[in-house]
Amino acid sequence: MTRVARLPLPARIRRRAERQYLIARAFNRRRALKSMVDRTSQIRPGDILAFVTLRNERVRLPYFLDYYRGLGVDHFLFVNNDSTDGSGNYLAEQPDVSLWWTNAGYKKSRFGMDWMNRLLARYGHGHWCLTVDPDEFLVYPHCDTRPLPALTSWLEASGRRSFPAMLLDMYPKGAIEDQPYAEGQDPFEIARWFDPVNYSISRNSFYGNLWIQGGPRTRNFFRADPLSGPALNKIPLVKWNWRYAYVSSTHMALPRHLNMVYDENGGEMASGTLLHAKFLSTFAEKSAEELDRRQHYANSKEYRAYHAGLTRGTDLWCSESREYVDWQQLEDIGLISRGNWA
Amino acid sequence: MTGAMTGGVALGVVLLCHADLDIAARMARIWVEGGARVAVHVDAKVPAADFARMQAALSDLPEVLFSRRRPCDWGRFSLVAATQDAAQLLLDRFPDTTHVYLASGACLPLRPVRDLRAFLALDPDLDHIESVTAHDVGWTVGGLNEERFTLFYPLDWRRHRKWFDRLVDLQRRLGVRRKVPKGIIPHLGSQWWCLTAATLRAILDDPKRKVFDRYFRLSWIPDESYFQTLARRHALRIESRSLTLAKFDHEGRPYQLYDDHARMLEESHCFVARKVWPGSTGLLDHFPRPAVGSPDATAPRPERFERVINRTVRRRLLGRPGLYMQSRFPRKDAENGKTSAPYAVFHGFSDVFPGFEDWLSGMIDADVHGHLMGPEMAEFAGRPEIGPGAISSSTLIRDRDPQGFLTSLIRVTQRMQVFQFSPRDNQALNWFVATDPNAHVNVITGAWMLPLLDSDMPFDDIRRVTAILQRAELKHLEVLNSVWVKARVQVHELTDFLARPQPLMMQALQALPMRGPVPTGLPAMRDMAGMAELLRRLRNSGLQPRMSGDGLPVHDIPTTERTAAE
Repeated sequence: MTRVARLPLPARIRRRAERQYLIARAFNRRRALKSMVDRTSQIRPGDILAFVTLRNERVRLPYFLDYYRGLGVDHFLFVNNDSTDGSGNYLAEQPDVSLWWTNAGYKKSRFGMDWMNRLLARYGHGHWCLTVDPDEFLVYPHCDTRPLPALTSWLEASGRRSFPAMLLDMYPKGAIEDQPYAEGQDPFEIARWFDPVNYSISRNSFYGNLWIQGGPRTRNFFRADPLSGPALNKIPLVKWNWRYAYVSSTHMALPRHLNMVYDENGGEMASGTLLHAKFLSTFAEKSAEELDRRQHYANSKEYRAYHAGLTRGTDLWCSESREYVDWQQLEDIGLISRGNWA
Repeated sequence: MTGAMTGGVALGVVLLCHADLDIAARMARIWVEGGARVAVHVDAKVPAADFARMQAALSDLPEVLFSRRRPCDWGRFSLVAATQDAAQLLLDRFPDTTHVYLASGACLPLRPVRDLRAFLALDPDLDHIESVTAHDVGWTVGGLNEERFTLFYPLDWRRHRKWFDRLVDLQRRLGVRRKVPKGIIPHLGSQWWCLTAATLRAILDDPKRKVFDRYFRLSWIPDESYFQTLARRHALRIESRSLTLAKFDHEGRPYQLYDDHARMLEESHCFVARKVWPGSTGLLDHFPRPAVGSPDATAPRPERFERVINRTVRRRLLGRPGLYMQSRFPRKDAENGKTSAPYAVFHGFSDVFPGFEDWLSGMIDADVHGHLMGPEMAEFAGRPEIGPGAISSSTLIRDRDPQGFLTSLIRVTQRMQVFQFSPRDNQALNWFVATDPNAHVNVITGAWMLPLLDSDMPFDDIRRVTAILQRAELKHLEVLNSVWVKARVQVHELTDFLARPQPLMMQALQALPMRGPVPTGLPAMRDMAGMAELLRRLRNSGLQPRMSGDGLPVHDIPTTERTAAE
């Protein structure tokens, strides 16, 4: 919650003030983004756009781009936060990528959300926009047979403007460094295990979203303080309007109706998941680096916990872990639902 | 044109098109190649360039006619007017037409068109139109059944939703009741029909058509009622079922068809299905199935497909019981099943019988846990650090969402879940369990006191602990005695239970899946020596023990006082 949201005013007005503040703030920081490659003129009405912030993710990019191209994303808008591993050059060569560069602080930019809000407002208006990290892979009901445009056109026909996809942490069996990840490889050949239940949910009455925590990270790194564990609820797919703003990562957005992606009368609405390929062999260096930079949420508390945990050689796998098969498995377990998308 | 005369049926098709004209053009071609004549109506709101492209694409087919373009709005009379125009045009230009099929540009013929003609030829005078009296219909969405015909609907629902609702409210309050014109009884049904040319002509040439049109112009969604009502006036015989497979969701929006539906659609054996998502190239390539051998006049069998759709609707509306997730988070008491399977709670048994958990797990075919809500850890069976479904045994994680903890555990496991409970445990789930029909709750009140006998705590601490636990248990019993209880609850006072442990134990085990024959023995009971002494000391210290009952078998000091409050 930003300062604006804490003013002693009625909740509706506070939410509106916060939304306007976020939009203004994003606009204000537009000069922090330097356009490297601008192919946005290729964007046609009705295209599905992906918005990504990254830092030193070169090795993940080929698979990431192929995955989302395969789903039906038409254009990618990347913000390169001062990468030093050649991510920028690689992206600049891609025909469907527009690229911005910045060396502004990740933390000072509200963990990159200022940049995302800015690009979303400028280019996302009227499009279905997918805001993800390079280690997040969208899986939704029927994703093996129906491309993303089928989903968005159905959502649109159902009068919905947003689609939830909870973050599902995937991990390998054995120590994380044991199986090296090669460029272009499907990360879920390695990190193919997940926690089937083990998620706690509560409702945030101010923003109206569900706050989901749990999974292997809470079980291993946040046993002593589960409340400070990472949030897993995400709303990455939104038919954007320039008046919208993401509040905290893609966990919640304003206006509030974008967060109302769940049924409160016992029914199930459609939902997907973002498979999170964070725990690969690349993770150890990354966590060491992020620990130095202290640019992450809550003073990189998360990374400190990982680092402590990982140097001890913690294995996230347990005998109750499930091996990932397909979206139907996730639906049977109850992590996602097809709702009424028959 | 000889093909069109197969079996004496000359089929005409009215094709209503609103968007995706490329696909619509493809459909028109499929109909024509199957031997039908097609009158196309294209919504006037479609850009002229798209329309020109469609006309060009179909220019080689003399059997395709284009009727006057009208702007069409969903739920308004313009759709009926467009159908009337196109049907009139079709009948005028091809007077030998015997049947007219109403389809849209997103309707996909699944079987060869000649199958449809053969099917119609079986009973050429039959009109295939779903037509149910508005009075009896149960499927309309939004609560407007009869009111579709008794109120005025001058506004477009999609564009003026708020005013539309206000106007309906106002008319209800004023008691507006439109008069239905003489000679018709309002009927409703799927807007996709197949009428004989005779019936259709009678409808179009009806001397009272002006009156009827004027009436339906201001009724709600006339495309689902105009022909359905007038067919009842003119048809000889009606088969009240649409030949088009079209399902709607709970909000009245049509389901879309995708590539993965191909097999199901083929099995449904329907002639036409809608609504095809324009990107489903697999479906468009696969259907209609090529005509092989002689025409197949069998009737459609959409039941399986309808079952699948109904299952989805049920999932959307009711969901899976006991599931709490990112897109299903029911409000309290709106859960449609708080948990997914029966489970049992044993309150106080592990205090009376220290080895109860092991004894019980040998006895019944279920997962017998310790104190799942215990203060030190969630005591899963076998005390693993990570329980079923990777649920952590940490109390902090559990207490972040106790209800989610229990419901996930029950949902993720295959066998029945049984756990111990006592006033020492987290009491957050008391209401939830008590109001859950899946719960079997067996209580021995006051049993929590027994472990205190063995403790070497100073008496002051024992007294304090007793007061806390007693208060907790009283509160729990208040819940279990309330009128809202849905669980199967059996409460016994400790003394009652000790008086006849065997039958009461059997009673508690009744609802559980037993492994073998009903056991006759009981597990070893805790030594109760000193109980009476402890109770006496507690009483004398100003605390009234209320839950253990008065008639303990080891009772040796008469109690007369009724004064001290707890």
